[in-house]
Amino acid sequence: MENNIVEDVQNARGDKEYSAGGAKDKDKEPRIIAFVCNWCTYNGADLAGTSRMKYAENVRVIKLPCTGRIDPLFVVEAFKKGAKGVLVSGCHPGDCHYTSGNYHSRRKYTAFRDLLSYLGVDINRVEFSWISASEGNKWVSVINEFTNKIKLLPDNSDIFSKK
Amino acid sequence: MARIGVFVCWCGSNIAGTVDVKRVAEEAAKIPGVVEAVDYKYMCSDPGQNTLRKMIKDKNLTGVVLAACSPHMHENTFRKAAVKEGLNPYFIEIANIREQVSWVHEDKEKATEKAIDLLKMMVEKVKKNKAIEDVRVPLTKKALVIGGGISGIQAALDIANGGVEVILVEKEPSIGGKMIQLDETFPTLDCSSCIMTPKMVEVYQHPNIKLYTYSELEEVSGYIGNFNVKIKKKARSIVEKDCTGCGDCWNICPMHKNVKSEFNVNLSERTAIYVPFPQAVPLIPVIDRSVCLHYKKGGKCQKCYDACGPKCINFDLQDEIIEEKVGAIVAATGYDLMENSLYGEYGYGQFKDVISGLQFERLLSASGPTEGVVKRPSDGKTPETIVFIQCVGSRDPEKGVPYCSKVCCMYTAKHAKLFAHKVHGSQSYVFYIDIRATSKGYEEFVRGTMENEGAIYLRGRVSKIYEDNGKLIVKGADTLSGNQVEIAADMVVLATGVIPKKGSDKMAQMLGISYDKYGFYTESHPKLRPAESSTAGIYLAGMAQGPRDIPESVVSGSAAASKILGLFSKSEYEVEGTIASVNKTTCVGCFYCRRVCAYSAISKEEIKDRNGNVLKVVANVNSGLCAGCGACVNACFSKSIDLKGYLDEQIFAEIKSLAV
Ligand SMILES: Cc1cc2nc3c(=O)[nH]c(=O)nc-3n(C[C@H](O)[C@H](O)[C@H](O)COP(=O)(O)OP(=O)(O)OC[C@H]3O[C@@H](n4cnc5c(N)ncnc54)[C@H](O)[C@@H]3O)c2cc1C
Ligand code: SF4
Ligand code: SF4
Ligand code: SF4
Ligand code: FES
Repeated sequence: MENNIVEDVQNARGDKEYSAGGAKDKDKEPRIIAFVCNWCTYNGADLAGTSRMKYAENVRVIKLPCTGRIDPLFVVEAFKKGAKGVLVSGCHPGDCHYTSGNYHSRRKYTAFRDLLSYLGVDINRVEFSWISASEGNKWVSVINEFTNKIKLLPDNSDIFSKK
Repeated sequence: MARIGVFVCWCGSNIAGTVDVKRVAEEAAKIPGVVEAVDYKYMCSDPGQNTLRKMIKDKNLTGVVLAACSPHMHENTFRKAAVKEGLNPYFIEIANIREQVSWVHEDKEKATEKAIDLLKMMVEKVKKNKAIEDVRVPLTKKALVIGGGISGIQAALDIANGGVEVILVEKEPSIGGKMIQLDETFPTLDCSSCIMTPKMVEVYQHPNIKLYTYSELEEVSGYIGNFNVKIKKKARSIVEKDCTGCGDCWNICPMHKNVKSEFNVNLSERTAIYVPFPQAVPLIPVIDRSVCLHYKKGGKCQKCYDACGPKCINFDLQDEIIEEKVGAIVAATGYDLMENSLYGEYGYGQFKDVISGLQFERLLSASGPTEGVVKRPSDGKTPETIVFIQCVGSRDPEKGVPYCSKVCCMYTAKHAKLFAHKVHGSQSYVFYIDIRATSKGYEEFVRGTMENEGAIYLRGRVSKIYEDNGKLIVKGADTLSGNQVEIAADMVVLATGVIPKKGSDKMAQMLGISYDKYGFYTESHPKLRPAESSTAGIYLAGMAQGPRDIPESVVSGSAAASKILGLFSKSEYEVEGTIASVNKTTCVGCFYCRRVCAYSAISKEEIKDRNGNVLKVVANVNSGLCAGCGACVNACFSKSIDLKGYLDEQIFAEIKSLAV
C-alpha cells in the first residue's frame, strides 16, 4: 500500500527515488506545501489576491474541504516530495465550517508531532495557523514569515533529504 | 486511458500580464495524459465555454483542467458547460493562477513556474477523479414543530399557511408557552392574551395542523426529508372528542386546595382535574393523577365523572404512542427561569413578598389570581413601594450564568410602568447593572419609565433583604453616587435569568443536534445560518436558541418556517455528492469515524448472510446527513472510509506531482 508509514520510512532511509534539497536549489525559495481548508484559509488566500498583496512564490496550495480532512500522512508525503516546509491552515477555533474539524486536526497534529520529530523532521518546518476568509494580510505574513524562518533553519536533516 | 484537456486562461492581462500563458500551455501539453493544451483570452466568456465544450466533444475528454481564476469564481460555470457535453461535472478541476499567482506575484519567471506547478497538480488529481452523482433525497412534505410557545406557534402557522401539513407537539395541557402567562408586553403594551389567543385558536382550527398537547417526543430517527418520530400522548383521562369544556368536572373536584397552579406560578391553587387557564387551547381538562383521589384512594372519588354530562371522563385511559413520518423538524422548546433560591440574600422562598418577574406578570394580569389588582402574597395589601432587582442570576459567572438574559431590562421597565399605572402614588426602585434596551422603541420605553413614571433607577447590587415590621428592608449600593442605600419596600420583584427549558439537552441528544454548555441549541452558523441546527432538516426557533424577546421569537419561528417551505418547494432534496463513503469489505466496525462526525451521519449497518445471521457490523454514511468535511477519513485506522472528490489517492497525486 502506497501510504504505509513504515514503508515510507524504509523507503526514505535508503532511498534514491525521493530526493530533496541539493545544491541546485540552494538559491531557490524553500518549497512550502500548504494544506488549507476550502472555507476560511483558501478564501483568505484568494482575498490576498483580490487585494493585490504580494508574497513569496514558493507556496503550493492544496485545497481540502476542512483541516479535519488533512491526514498526517499528507505531511509526510509532502516532505518526501521535497517540501522544505508544510503549512496547515484553516478556520479559527469556533469558526470551522463543519464546527469541529479544526479541533480534530489540531489534536491529531499534536500527537503526530512526535512521530515527525522521530522521523527526523525539524518540527519548525511544520506550521499551524488559523487564517480566516477576511485575513488576506495574515496569509501574506504567514507565508513570508514561514519562508524566512525556514531559510534560517539548518539544512534539512531529516531522513527524506539526500545528504 | 486519461484524455485530459487543458485550458490556460489569460483573463485579459490579469493573468497573461504576469504569467507566460503560452509557456504554461506548452508545458501542460507535455504531461502524460494531456491530449491538448490551449490558451484563451477569456475562458468564462460564451466563446470560451464553447471552446471548452467543443474540445470535450471532439477529443472525447475524460477530464479538464482550467488554469484560471479561483474555483470559487467559475468552477460552477465550467462544470455546467461540461455537463452539457455529457461529462460528469466532477471531472473539471481548476488551477488557481489568478488570485493565487498572477495577482500576488511580480516576477514573471517565478510566477510562470508556479502556474505550471499548480496546473500539474490538478492534472494529476483529475486523472484520479471519479464520477460523482449528486445525492437526491426524497422528501416527506410534512413538518414537526416541538413546542407550542409563540415561536413554535408562529412556525407552525407559517408552514401550515404555506400549504404544508404540520404536527405540533406541546408537552403541557395547553399551547401558549410563557407568552400566554404575560400581562401586557413591551414595548407597545399590548395585552399578551389579546394577541396570543387568536393565534392559539388559529392553530387549533387550522386544517393543516395536527395538534398533540400533553404529549412528548419519545424517539426520533432518520434524516432530512425522512424522519420517523414517536410521540407519546399522555393520558388525560378524558375522551377528548366528547369533551365540551363546560367545566362541570373541575368545578366539582374536591381537590381544590394544596395543589399549586403552574400557570399562576404558585400564586393560586388548582384542582386535580383542571385546565391550566380559562383560554386554554384545547379547552379540555386533564386529570393530574399524582393528586387525584380516584387514583390515590383506590377509586373512591368519581365526582367529576358523575358531574360530566357527556360522560367523557375515563379513568382507565392509557398513554398512547403515535408514529409519524415528517421531512423537517422545528425545535422550539423555549425556556425556564433560574432558581431564585440560589440567591439566599434576596430571601426568595423565605419572604412571601419577594417574588419573581413572572409571578408579577400574573399579579398584573386581569386573568391572574388577583384579577389584575396588585396585591402582596403575604397579606393581600396593595404595595406602595416596590423594589425591582435586575440581573438576578444573569451576568453572574460565579453563581448564575455569564450571559445576559436580554428581556429583563425591558420587562422590569414594563413592570415599573404598569405598577405606576395601576397604583397611583406608588414608587418603584430599580437596581440594575446596565440598561440594555437596543431594539426599536426600547430605549424610549425605558426612558419613559424613568421620566414619566418616576421610577428611580439605582446602578448597583443589592446585598441583603430582611423583614422588619411588615416591610422588606432592601440594602444595596448606588455605585453612581457612591452611597449605600436602604429602602423599606412592600414587595420585591426579582428579574430572574432565563435558562433553556429543562431537558433541552436530552431533546438535543434525541434530535442529534448540538447545544452549548448551558443547553441552548446551537445554530449551524451563528451569523449566516441562524435558523438551522447542525443537523440537516432540523431547524431552531425562539428562546430555545438563547435569550430573545417576543418579536425575535416570532421572526425566528417564521425563519424556520420559510426554510422548511423552501426545502419542500422542490420535489427532492439535492446535496453535493462530495460526501464520505465506506468500504464495507474492509471496515472493521470500530466506529472511530462515528465519534468525530459532527453531523451524526454515520450509523451502524448489519451485514447479514442469506439466513439473516449478522455477519458483521459496519459503518454506513447517511448521504442526507453527511456534510462532506472528511473528519471521519482521518479517524479510520483501516482506511475504510474516503471522501468523494477529495480521495486519498487524489491528494497524494497532487503532492507527488510536486516532487522536486
Ligand atoms: C417575566 C417575563 C416577562 C416578559 N415580558 C415580555 C414582553 O413584555 N415582551 C416581549 O417581547 N417578551 C417578553 N418576555 C420574553 C418572552 O416570554 C419570550 O420571548 C417568549 O415567550 C419566547 O417564546 P418561545 O416560544 O421561544 O418559548 P416558550 O414561551 O418557553 O415556549 C416553549 C413551549 O415549548 C414547550 N415545550 C418545552 N419543551 C418541550 C418538549 N420537550 N416537548 C414539547 N413541548 C415542549 C413548552 O411547554 C412551551 O409551551 C418576558 C419574559 C419574562 C420571563
Ligand atoms: S375523581 Fe379526581 S379529578 Fe375527579 S373530582 Fe375526584 S379528585 Fe377531582
Ligand atoms: S473508522 Fe473505519 S473501520 Fe472503523 S467503523 Fe468507521 S469506516 Fe469502519
Ligand atoms: S465526511 Fe464529515 S459529515 Fe460526512 S460522515 Fe464523515 S465526518 Fe461525518
Ligand atoms: S472548514 Fe475551515 S477548518 Fe474546518
